Amino acid sequence: MTLAPQRGGWVIFASIVVAYMLTIVPLPEWGRLARPEWAALVLIYWCMAVPHRVGVIVAWLVGLGQDAVQATLLGQHALAYAIMAYLVLRLHQRIRIYPLPQQALIVLLLLLLVHVIQAWISALVDQPTPGMAYWLPPVVGTLLWPWIFILMRGVRRRFSVQ
Amino acid sequence: MMLDHREHLTEPVRSSIQTAVHPVHYAVNLPFDLAGFAAERLARRSALIEENARLRDQHLLYEARLQRLDQLERENIRLQGLLGSSYEVEESVLIAELMRVDLDPYRHIIRVDKGTRSGVFTGQPVIDADGVMGQVDSTSRSSSVVRLITDPSHAIPVQVNRNGLRSIAFGSGNLRELDLPHLPNNADIQAGDLLVTSGLAGRFPRGYPVAEVTSVERQPGESFARVTARPLAQLDRSREMLLVRPREQRGFDDDELEALQEIEELAREDPLR
Repeated sequence: MTLAPQRGGWVIFASIVVAYMLTIVPLPEWGRLARPEWAALVLIYWCMAVPHRVGVIVAWLVGLGQDAVQATLLGQHALAYAIMAYLVLRLHQRIRIYPLPQQALIVLLLLLLVHVIQAWISALVDQPTPGMAYWLPPVVGTLLWPWIFILMRGVRRRFSVQ
Repeated sequence: MMLDHREHLTEPVRSSIQTAVHPVHYAVNLPFDLAGFAAERLARRSALIEENARLRDQHLLYEARLQRLDQLERENIRLQGLLGSSYEVEESVLIAELMRVDLDPYRHIIRVDKGTRSGVFTGQPVIDADGVMGQVDSTSRSSSVVRLITDPSHAIPVQVNRNGLRSIAFGSGNLRELDLPHLPNNADIQAGDLLVTSGLAGRFPRGYPVAEVTSVERQPGESFARVTARPLAQLDRSREMLLVRPREQRGFDDDELEALQEIEELAREDPLR
């Protein structure tokens, strides 16, 4: 059994950086609350597509970066992303062959999980409980998922990331 | 995570990670910087002349006001010396500019473009032209995060300018509102009162305007009045802000005290006074 050469690490890195930038681009007030978690979406894709390269540890590091970018409690996103990555790794062979709408449902569950973990941590550190709008980003993320999937698949094939 | 929250042990780690992701912030901020730069370069001559004239008028006005303030400050120092209390020497300030990036929408935090390289430190007070904005929450090498006074987890010690009544103003999560929950029903406070920093707790220097009281509700059944105030600083509009570096309070040294006492005695002896 020969291992395929690992290629295109910089593409993964660049996609994460773009996700960070999308996370902090200024938006009008209605857009701020609905902003999907780009880093989580990109992570889900890479975990699914190249699970031997992007796993729990990478997810944890990306989460740390996200904490620094958003100035949240250090480790808040890291924990959530690591758990999310673990679940994707367990399920990646199944998720891959689902049709897109069904994939989107799984993504919805994952994003909700990330958000629930964040809400728990916020509650633990005595931050006020957010309102219903707090649950908007996972929904928006789910609606965007088919397009993100197609786009990322194009990117992956174009740069033949393995 | 708990270490970060409770003990701030991870401060250096956080700082270095933030330094690492600084290019991301910089890249997002860049187009806005460029747009501002272009707008400045392409501004019409007449508009510039007009603005210049306006600023000169304003400058003159402030200069005149400052003259009186200088004299008042000297008098104030002298009077405080007579009372034997300490006074604060002038603070030095650093001008920082807002970076146009969105952070967490559920907390009132902003990012500014000065960091530890310029001497910013955690807990440093931030003000704008109209009042106190907040304090530095965390720093990296070339940018830092500022928590505004309206953030739900922020509290600032204040006093009523009119009578020196002290209280604490809590952030409400609303950019136009601060809460003062700890004032009893019979407290002497009314709508329109100016709240200034009291200097207690030693984080914010004394005497900077914070907010104006907008409403005082006294309910007979409750022991505390419901007081709300409106922050004076343009929390969502200021692009430039000042980071204040408070110097330590100091008392008068012996020579100064002696001189002051002499002045006092002279004043007492002088029959015309």
